[in-house]
Amino acid sequence: MRPTSARLLNILVPVKSTSDDALEFCRAVDYAVKIRVNPQQTGIDTNVKHSMNPFDEIAVEEAVRLREKLKASVKTIKAVTIGPPKSVDTLRTALAMGADSAIHVEIAESGPSPEPLAVAKTLRAIIEKQNGAATDAKDKIDVVILGKQAIDDDLGVTGQMLAGLLGWSQATFASKVEIDEAKGEATVVREIDGGGEEIKCKLPIVITTDLRLNEPRYASLPNIMKAKKKPIEKLSPADLGIDYTPQLETIKVAEPAKRVGGGKVASVDELVQKLKEAGI
Amino acid sequence: MLSYRLSSPVKLTPVTEHDLAHFSKFLQPSSIISTLSPNPSSQDELAPYNSDWMGRYKGHSTTVLKPKTTQEVSEILKWCNAKRIGVVPQGGNTGLVGGSVPVNDEIVLSLSNLNKVRSFDPVSGILVADAGCILESLTDYVAPHNHIMPIDLGAKGSCQIGGNVATNAGGLRLLRYGSLHGTVLGLEVVLPDGTILDQLTTLRKDNTGYDLKQLFIGAEGTLGVITAVSILTPPAPQASNNVILALPSFDNVLPLYQTVKRHLSEILSAFEFIDRTAYDLAVKHGQGRALSEDDVEGAECFVLVETSGGRREHDEEKLSDLLELLLSADKPLVNTGVLSQSPAQFSSIWALREGVTEAVSKEGKAYKYDISVPLSSFKEVVDNTREHLRSKGLLHDKAVKFVLGYGHVGDGNLHLNVCADAYLPEIQDALEPYIYEVVSKYRGSISAEHGIGAMKTHALPYSKSATSIELMKKIKHIFDPQGIMNPGKVLE
Repeated sequence: MRPTSARLLNILVPVKSTSDDALEFCRAVDYAVKIRVNPQQTGIDTNVKHSMNPFDEIAVEEAVRLREKLKASVKTIKAVTIGPPKSVDTLRTALAMGADSAIHVEIAESGPSPEPLAVAKTLRAIIEKQNGAATDAKDKIDVVILGKQAIDDDLGVTGQMLAGLLGWSQATFASKVEIDEAKGEATVVREIDGGGEEIKCKLPIVITTDLRLNEPRYASLPNIMKAKKKPIEKLSPADLGIDYTPQLETIKVAEPAKRVGGGKVASVDELVQKLKEAGI
Repeated sequence: MLSYRLSSPVKLTPVTEHDLAHFSKFLQPSSIISTLSPNPSSQDELAPYNSDWMGRYKGHSTTVLKPKTTQEVSEILKWCNAKRIGVVPQGGNTGLVGGSVPVNDEIVLSLSNLNKVRSFDPVSGILVADAGCILESLTDYVAPHNHIMPIDLGAKGSCQIGGNVATNAGGLRLLRYGSLHGTVLGLEVVLPDGTILDQLTTLRKDNTGYDLKQLFIGAEGTLGVITAVSILTPPAPQASNNVILALPSFDNVLPLYQTVKRHLSEILSAFEFIDRTAYDLAVKHGQGRALSEDDVEGAECFVLVETSGGRREHDEEKLSDLLELLLSADKPLVNTGVLSQSPAQFSSIWALREGVTEAVSKEGKAYKYDISVPLSSFKEVVDNTREHLRSKGLLHDKAVKFVLGYGHVGDGNLHLNVCADAYLPEIQDALEPYIYEVVSKYRGSISAEHGIGAMKTHALPYSKSATSIELMKKIKHIFDPQGIMNPGKVLE
């Protein structure tokens, strides 16, 4: 039988710092506009402002909302990122939104971006480190919430790999999350083609967020100030025994062919002739 | 002083089928939309050209011409001048004072088909573009060259550069880059008799006598038709940030402006004021995402501060220091605020300010006053107007619903909006000349950036002396002796 004392949740929120390109000047809300392929055709132009991957922002928001709902049952919310020194800004944003502490796995500015499998292994190492050291079940990480994909590389597999590596439940593309910490269960509505699918999973769990899950809050000034004082633990890949040497090679990234404008025809005959010319 | 009475100077002639036949000699069929024969269009097709976007002004034009070249504009004007047919130049038709719609049955001359960029010099940043180019598409055009347009408005997706110049539009970047009188380097204008005045120079400095182009900037199409613009675009800032601050009292706005100016100095690019009513309306109508309940509690007004600079770390450090100073002060000027963390939030914060105009239109019928008054009087003007309407028994659900203020603190420009259930003569009578008298008392301007259009011709004397108006009429007569250009606008 399950112990009657309420279980405490420790939530880990992995966040990625992604490029948002020239958006900051065009004030558009659509993240997808104006992404440019880099001259080497190996990826998109990343010489631009970085901010938190929007799906990860939703993940942080969801963790904070779970605490607002479950109160003291959520013991800790910890944000984690892997990236160059500058990615600490992304962690500060997560802390300003309501995370308690953060881990920064620091890599070189010039190095390649870690691949999903390596990221999942890093997260596993972090979780095993903390859960291995925990003397009480109440200190163990039992919920991981992360974005379903990053908007720069769009790979969208880290969450699934992590759940596989850990042997945990997984609930992907979440549009609604409810956790019953006493029962050790999560009820998640997943976005599927043409509707939603409601699933019930046992904790521990990996949840990946979809767009409709919530609308992330602004970081208020007092919380931004407080975030500056919250602890960030710095780790190196070596500390975790992870190697970020790429295993994938991107051969070519190309922009979609430019759309050419249509033309007007004056008559049906002209239309038919044009269609014939086009070989239709 | 000799007086030119231009209120009804000459009898203007309506356009006829005979005139259309002439126009079709040099215009393509697609450039003519008319309810007249031989190819009558429906009234519906004319409707968007005959009324402004707020639905406040309605004309009765039968004919819209959409020339594709300056030469075609010239041919049209030459004919209209000879026949004394009134002509209303129209850009994006996004004006707020009824300046771009006919008052009667004048021809609407739409510049939409003059929409090519003529040249851009990435070294000097000088852009030469046709008048019908949409502001946002020009912004997109210069962006890859790391430049931005010196002007930015809420209406950027529809308004055209020619219209911007003709109305001397102000907007959100004026604080940083100055007015169009400074950034416009040259113009190509077709005069009412068809003469093409080519002043499309790309010189930063040109002290050779009278600067004629300045006359057309802000003339609202009463002196001629602007067909192309040469404009200086500044280099794009490498980093932009914005923050919205919640203030417990309007009294804090001015000390805050001083503090912000001192600490941000050259990177300050906007300092916008939104009162609580304007904020609540923007949120109600989904313009940008609202701050949390806790953050807005007890806020009487809001200030949006934007920084634009050359180096992100430098700008963020300055802004962060300022915010820390503001929050840790013994008597804080601000309750709290929100600093954008991503481009999406940056947009969302701007939408709260830029969306007020749209929110007011969605809420009801808007009476818009765009005035320059001393900064310290902003709140007083809004509050007194509200009380004035209350005293007239007009502040209720079926008359005036809201009186709100927002605007460009940095430019001393207040947008005073009165949002009503319907346009009613008694509201109009209560507002005018009341507001103009208030402005006059402060030696302010009855139109800071919206222009005079058809809405404020009668009120011009509140801001301009009789001598000035007399001179304006003389100038009008020199350029347009037949009085065909945008009749009924600017001057009565």
